[in-house]
Amino acid sequence: MNEHDLTRSVMAWYPGATGVAAARKLSGGASQETWSFDIVHPLGNVGVILRRAPRGHGAAPTRAAGLTAEARLMQLAHDAGLPSPRVLHELQDSDDLGTGFIMERVEGETIARKILRDDQFAKARPHLARQLGKIAAGIHGLPHALLPKLREMSAAREIGELTREYRSFDWPRPVFELALRWLADHDPGPSDQITLVHGDFRHGNLIIGPDGVRAVLDWELAHLGDPMEDLGWVCVNSWRFGEIDKPVGGFGSREELFAGYEAAGRKVDPARVKFWEVMGTLRWGVMCCGMMQRFRVGPDHSMERAMIGRRASETEIDLLRLLAPRGR
Amino acid sequence: MHDEPTPIELTKAVADFLRDDIAPMISGHLAFKLRVAINILDLVGRQLTLEQGSDAAEAARLTGLLGIPGALIELNRALAEKIASGELDLQTQGLTEHLWQTTMDKLAVDQPNYASYKRELGKERDG
Repeated sequence: MNEHDLTRSVMAWYPGATGVAAARKLSGGASQETWSFDIVHPLGNVGVILRRAPRGHGAAPTRAAGLTAEARLMQLAHDAGLPSPRVLHELQDSDDLGTGFIMERVEGETIARKILRDDQFAKARPHLARQLGKIAAGIHGLPHALLPKLREMSAAREIGELTREYRSFDWPRPVFELALRWLADHDPGPSDQITLVHGDFRHGNLIIGPDGVRAVLDWELAHLGDPMEDLGWVCVNSWRFGEIDKPVGGFGSREELFAGYEAAGRKVDPARVKFWEVMGTLRWGVMCCGMMQRFRVGPDHSMERAMIGRRASETEIDLLRLLAPRGR
Repeated sequence: MHDEPTPIELTKAVADFLRDDIAPMISGHLAFKLRVAINILDLVGRQLTLEQGSDAAEAARLTGLLGIPGALIELNRALAEKIASGELDLQTQGLTEHLWQTTMDKLAVDQPNYASYKRELGKERDG
């Protein structure tokens, strides 16, 4: 894909557009790509992001909601006043760019270490946990009737999937076994409320500026389920980037997160949040093992992937800190 | 018997060369990749240094817990199965200590700068 292809598409649906500029690929695997470019317009250029699956790669992996659902969810979130970019266009056959969508580009930072350390975010940091609580409540409150078709997950199904995936690696990890056992023993049962769950609500998927959270991105893992899952996932130690005493993304407390959530009119169940934090810690550990597998057997023989395999042990110490804490 | 220098010394020589002589010369994505490469060599060096001792101690603990001798991988498989079945749990004498020690030994190689590890190491030193 090049600027010529983008220009042809953009001129067909953006009134007054005269071309595109500064197109560059931000990320992309075989099946999905993210591009940044500017729509050139006499009244001023518009910065946009394209998320697309090239033709022939439209089929989503089992866990993914799919780009069409992602676009719908981002637009719903935007319309509900949540920090989410406006979706400008859903790709049609006539665009000849595959499947996907084009949205406004939101300026800001996604790199956790910068958000946690740089001076420009110092004023925002103390407010972020509460703000995330409010945003999560907004996501969980999006009306069912408007949601696209999504898979429904429960704790029991998630335990089952993680168990299968972990066992497929055929590498014994007694700490993971302990966690699986704990999860099975502490499964709180079906949630009495089933809502939209973002599914990957954490650093990296949040655009943050000096004024706070500007956008929630990457709805790829969105599903229906226990809303406490999002609150547990954002507390997983792997997203604290060294600030381990601030459970929410390394910048805030659970109390602040919960207060923001409840102020928006929804109820927190702290025991369920803890359950999902354990699940999330294990989930990230299993994902690290998956990276190792892909390094060994897949096409991506990169050093980075290899090293992520060696980060599974980080989740083992975090699981022990959660399940078998030592004194002081 | 192989001759000197040892794999530990050889690996360190390469890591030092990349760190001191090459890293200052490059920037951008390649500099990032180089940092990853150096981290890998450092990890390999730590494993070569620590593995023998920690493996032997782990095998001895596992034999004590399970009551059988065997290769480390087989002992770990047996432990994993017994935890999965519920035959062993955190109430089992020695299991918690074993899992902690094994995990601390892994982190000492994989990620000695991980904050959770440093916190737990501090507890051991103060305790």
